Amino acid sequence: MHRVPRADHTLALLALLALASPAAPRAAEPRVVEIVAKRFQFTPAQVTLKKDEPVILRLRSEDVIHGFYMKKLGIDATIEPGKSVDVPLTPHQAGKFITICDHFCGVGHGNMKMTLIVE
Amino acid sequence: MKDLDRRSFLRIAGASLGVGALYRVAPALAAPGAGADTARRLARKNGEAVRPFTFVQLSDTHVGSGPPANPNGTAAFERAVETVNRLPEKPDLILFTGDLTHDSEDRGEAAKRMQRFQEIAGRLGIRTRRMVPGEHDAGLDGGALFRDVFGETHYSFDHRGVHFVALDNVSRAKPEVGPEQIAWLRKDLARFPATAPMVVFTHRPLFDLKPEWEWFTSDGDEVMKVLSPFENVTVLYGHIHRENVHEEGNAHHYGARSLAWAFGDPAQSDDKKTIPFDPAHPYQNLGMCVVRAGPGRRPTAATVRPEEVELTMAEHSGTEGFAQLLKPSSL
Repeated sequence: MHRVPRADHTLALLALLALASPAAPRAAEPRVVEIVAKRFQFTPAQVTLKKDEPVILRLRSEDVIHGFYMKKLGIDATIEPGKSVDVPLTPHQAGKFITICDHFCGVGHGNMKMTLIVE
Repeated sequence: MKDLDRRSFLRIAGASLGVGALYRVAPALAAPGAGADTARRLARKNGEAVRPFTFVQLSDTHVGSGPPANPNGTAAFERAVETVNRLPEKPDLILFTGDLTHDSEDRGEAAKRMQRFQEIAGRLGIRTRRMVPGEHDAGLDGGALFRDVFGETHYSFDHRGVHFVALDNVSRAKPEVGPEQIAWLRKDLARFPATAPMVVFTHRPLFDLKPEWEWFTSDGDEVMKVLSPFENVTVLYGHIHRENVHEEGNAHHYGARSLAWAFGDPAQSDDKKTIPFDPAHPYQNLGMCVVRAGPGRRPTAATVRPEEVELTMAEHSGTEGFAQLLKPSSL
């Protein structure tokens, strides 16, 4: 009589278990928020986030290099034209956070900013 | 000796004319007797005695800027030059703390603005003039044109026992000094004892004054850490277009007014706005602040008491404020 190797027993058992149990739920992908930088503004100018909710800020520039900086939220990114940069963020404090371009981009640079609102 | 060493050695009495800041540097222990003996011993330790002198800080001339923020163009800068040239006590040197010019993406135009700056600054009767760039001078091209016209963007020199350090926190486009310059600073300061007076001049504040308005330097803490062994550190900066006095640890930080326009008070608003130009009072953002230093409560600190005196440039001579400036130092 042909004996089934022990490894094959194990694999068969695992296969049965997998079929029997319901599929484990996959973690939800973080919400992606697109932000565009172009001299001298960010679009949208205001984004609302939920406290403790992970998001990805997907940043891109339509002209020159821009910065994206907000110290309290730990954001310090550089946005180069032609490629987007993902900034994962899970804000743990509620409030209004003014996020600025901190890479000098021209005469209107000083007022280039947007607001992240965390509720 | 240790206790005497820890006393404040460098006191700064200054007056901001609104067009700039005039500083008078005098050794605190200049009196005869024990004071003079201590001053001599400290001079031996520091390598050179601090001999009294004055210097002027001018900032943010933004040559090339115009309306709406600055309909007056270079008028305030030119009046500042005349004012400095009429000072009864001639300053030894002039420091410019950045944004000498307003940026232009046309390199030819940017060069013209720098030449115009040189032409006006050249009317100053003081030969020794030292500059650092602002982001409007160097942010777009990494400081290349500034270096061609004015020279290095960071450097140091000694004058009458005070070590001056020029720091560049604009050429990397972001508000930062950068690791190479911090390493240079560490090496530059290595030969000085803790008592040596330091004056650092730069464009952006080296502390978080108002990050939402980009009034900060991201590695400013690291710079101040390198300076932390020194008892007498004064940081002069521009960028904010208003006066500001900040004390932290061993350092006193002084922000200077602009010669082009002023910004509003960051404590009053989240919005960074220019104070509108008033043709009836073309220099109203140029009041006068007298900064005097007195005996400190702590052995290692100098107490600074700013006194605001309302003046316009046109009225500066013969007024009480100017008489304060002419009074001999009580230090």
